[in-house]
Amino acid sequence: MEDDPELRAMSSDPKHRRVLITDARNPNAPTLAKALHDAGATIIFVGESETWLPNPQRDALTAIPGVEIMALDVTDTTSVKELAGEIGGKVDILINNARFVRPGGAMARGDVAFAQNEMEVNYFGLMRLAQAFGPGMCARTADGVNSAVAWVNILSAYALVNSADYGCFSASNAAAFSLSQNLRNDFRGAGLRVMNVFVGPTEDDWHQELPPPKVLPPALARSVVQGLRDGLEDVYCGDVAKDMIERFRAGPKILEREMTNGGQG
Amino acid sequence: MSTLTDLTLRMASGEVKVIDLTHTLDPDFPVIILPPEFGQCARFRMEEISAYDHRGPAWKWHNISMSEHTGTHFDAPVHWISGRDVPNGAVDEIPAEQLIGPVVVIDCSAGTAQDEDFELTPALIEAWEAEHGRIPANAWVLMRTDWSKRRGAAYLNMREDGPHSPGPTPEAMRLLVEERDIRGFGTETVGTDAGQGAHYTPPYPAHYILHGAGKLGLQCLANLDKLPPTGAVLIAPPLKIRNGTGSPLRVLALVEK
Repeated sequence: MEDDPELRAMSSDPKHRRVLITDARNPNAPTLAKALHDAGATIIFVGESETWLPNPQRDALTAIPGVEIMALDVTDTTSVKELAGEIGGKVDILINNARFVRPGGAMARGDVAFAQNEMEVNYFGLMRLAQAFGPGMCARTADGVNSAVAWVNILSAYALVNSADYGCFSASNAAAFSLSQNLRNDFRGAGLRVMNVFVGPTEDDWHQELPPPKVLPPALARSVVQGLRDGLEDVYCGDVAKDMIERFRAGPKILEREMTNGGQG
Repeated sequence: MSTLTDLTLRMASGEVKVIDLTHTLDPDFPVIILPPEFGQCARFRMEEISAYDHRGPAWKWHNISMSEHTGTHFDAPVHWISGRDVPNGAVDEIPAEQLIGPVVVIDCSAGTAQDEDFELTPALIEAWEAEHGRIPANAWVLMRTDWSKRRGAAYLNMREDGPHSPGPTPEAMRLLVEERDIRGFGTETVGTDAGQGAHYTPPYPAHYILHGAGKLGLQCLANLDKLPPTGAVLIAPPLKIRNGTGSPLRVLALVEK
């Protein structure tokens, strides 16, 4: 049943498909890659930036069957184009997990340096990937068993409404969210699905000051695989993301006011 | 015949060679890595504006971006806190005469091949002087390590306790700056200081002592093995950036055959 051609076209099942995960340096990369392997993906390309720096996750990644590490830096247009030239014809599912995050809003530092990094990775990175990989994937949406089927963006739930503690990061994710809607329009004709996975605060160095609950890599990997199998467009991962979308649907202005109350109440 | 005409004729005949000491500005060339809570050095990036196409039919050009301290680059005195108040300490203020001058090369490549944390010490400088003569005042001093031949992760040589690469001791820098009155100090590594230079007193002695005295720095140099110990001329003009603390640049040396 799960291999039925019509069902495979209506869903985005990773089984038999070839996946590109864009950032081998994100702590979630090994868990994501393992989950995709377990879900039947045949090749899992994982992009690694700056090979002149050690990557503590490299051994964990290369231990997963089907994983192939490829040079990719989403902030470098040449690098993105080169990888698209190399493997763009056999990427069936692209999962953009590249992310730059630092705490703080516009008033926190008095410069735009980290905010520029956030835009370069979280927003322009998505745009570079779309320009390089999008056309090739759109051309292969009816390419038999392992057709191109889904474009996955892992976004912060703060793309919906700004979180003051991560104000600039939220803004970059809002930009990426908006661009994903633009891509939905541009990929619609080909039938390439854009799946946004909205994630609450993650368990990592940059979210240490926040209380639980936080999203761990296994939860994110489950959300990504289940969302692909179900053929979803929007997935909410973690209690914070699920709570935010409920409140957003109930009243976006109320949610905005609640999240931007200047620390009062 | 004028001196300059003579020079150009000798360059044309090959008696005076031009050696390029510069790495290619490449998006994948390593930059210095600071602890992640600090601001970081931007990598070199290039975005196409047009390439003889609908965006500009007869021309190709790019927008480029980088840090002042990306690739083969120049450090001005204002780069360091010790040099923030020295006169003419920014790249646009340094007198043009300071950007061309004599250069000596201290070969530390044998020691560096044995010890990646190799130190340039006063004893080594004095031993070099015993062989080649006293370092002249206002000369560039370059520390040859052959580090520029390293590729990939071996260049920064990062470990859990930070990078490991050769550099000068504080005493060596004091000797060069206070007793030899050098113009500047240059290295093949990503900084003028050793990878573990934070552990000296003062931390990062090359930066601290050089720039505090209004002296200049060059790093990420290449081809130092093609320079003689003495007698070459270094051409190292940074971009004229208002209040700039440094600049990527093309570094050339003139070498007599």
